[in-house]
Amino acid sequence: MSYPVEQNEKFAAYAHPERLVSTEWLAAAIDAGALNDGKLVVVESDEDVLLYETGHIPGAVKIDWHTDLNDEVTRDYVEGEAFAALAAAKGISRDATVVIYGDKSNWWAAYALWVFSLFGHEDVRLLDGGRDKWIAEGRALTTDIPSPAVADYPVVERNDTPIRAFKEDVLAHLGKPLIDVRSPEEYTGQRTHMPAYPEEGALRGGHIPTAASIPWARAAAEDGTYRSRAELEALYLGEAGLTEGDDVVAYCRIGERSSHTWFALKFLLGFETVRNYDGSWTEWGNAVRVPIAKGAERGSVPAVAAR
Amino acid sequence: MSTQALPTALAEIVDDFQALSEPERLQLLLEFSRGLPELPARLNDHPELLEQVVECQSPLFLTIETEKNDGGSPAFRLFFKAPPEAPTTRGFAGVLHEGLDGLTAEEILAVPDDMPELLGLTRAITPLRMRGMTAMLGRIKRKVAAAARLYA
Repeated sequence: MSYPVEQNEKFAAYAHPERLVSTEWLAAAIDAGALNDGKLVVVESDEDVLLYETGHIPGAVKIDWHTDLNDEVTRDYVEGEAFAALAAAKGISRDATVVIYGDKSNWWAAYALWVFSLFGHEDVRLLDGGRDKWIAEGRALTTDIPSPAVADYPVVERNDTPIRAFKEDVLAHLGKPLIDVRSPEEYTGQRTHMPAYPEEGALRGGHIPTAASIPWARAAAEDGTYRSRAELEALYLGEAGLTEGDDVVAYCRIGERSSHTWFALKFLLGFETVRNYDGSWTEWGNAVRVPIAKGAERGSVPAVAAR
Repeated sequence: MSTQALPTALAEIVDDFQALSEPERLQLLLEFSRGLPELPARLNDHPELLEQVVECQSPLFLTIETEKNDGGSPAFRLFFKAPPEAPTTRGFAGVLHEGLDGLTAEEILAVPDDMPELLGLTRAITPLRMRGMTAMLGRIKRKVAAAARLYA
């Protein structure tokens, strides 16, 4: 960890307090000139592709999840070379502390953080509360686009295994805990797409059998910050029934909302093995012969999959 | 598809977008988002008069009104409301406002449904984000068609 970790009471309760920073901490770090030597890089990653241009945290660079982190042709993330080129262009070196923030309670920021983690970038943190909290507090914004000095970033092979699950992995995982973070209507199968996202639909509605329904936003407070450790435990250990040491897979529709939950489980509650199934419902609900459960009940592991 | 089927104002906007590089097109869309007119007070105070376009990723509300023309078909006025934290949605609304406001039903209904693709933003914005604009245009056309039947 290259940049000092924030010490505060709320974060200290989490398993990995070093993974979050508050708006106060970031404002102070920027005022102290932390962005000048490249040790600390602030990244904005939003759903809305123009939001950064309307005003952003002074010194922050933009990474667009759709166009920067995804392969243009294959449904996959960029490879090591493209990631190294992107990081270098944004002034991010391998040992830099990266703080990511974005719109919609850090949906896309958490997704970007997860992709950074696929490449093993060591010190990457989320700004608790994201863009909305920064703006709500009346903090500085600018439309000036920084032009950081090109950094040196090595070509690192992406390592998917520890934190990413593919469809086959999920089939093999059936019987172990799964968290479905979509809306209740998507979980039960009433809806085959998220409200307002008809094109991300699926031919079948429902959920992966045995998955617990914990909509992602329940992990966030009104101001977009993560809920306290005690509240998160009530949610995931209580309601979802997870126990310490569980091997967990989270999924949603395309993997972005579940990144937010993945972050909470892995870094805030300290589950060692948490994977994000980014194929999620757009893959599962369109795949041939995978088991699906409908309705509000979790359902059971089908005999065929349990073979 | 060419711009021939488009009303003059919309064809000019499409040409402007086509003449630019991709990053510049995003900048132009941002300018349209800034140029979207505010709602008149009589609508702002009555949100129930606006209809939400649920296909948009951000809350977008729109409505139409007709204005009598001397002897001709009525002109349609378009009104949009989108939050500042949704500049892409606002930008699309701005394009449709500048391109279609004040036209007749016939002119608006002649606009091809896939007109948004002519802006050359699909790669920069991703198909997912383009759908909001297609939905917005579809909603305007449906409302105009329904209103035009009243005058037929």
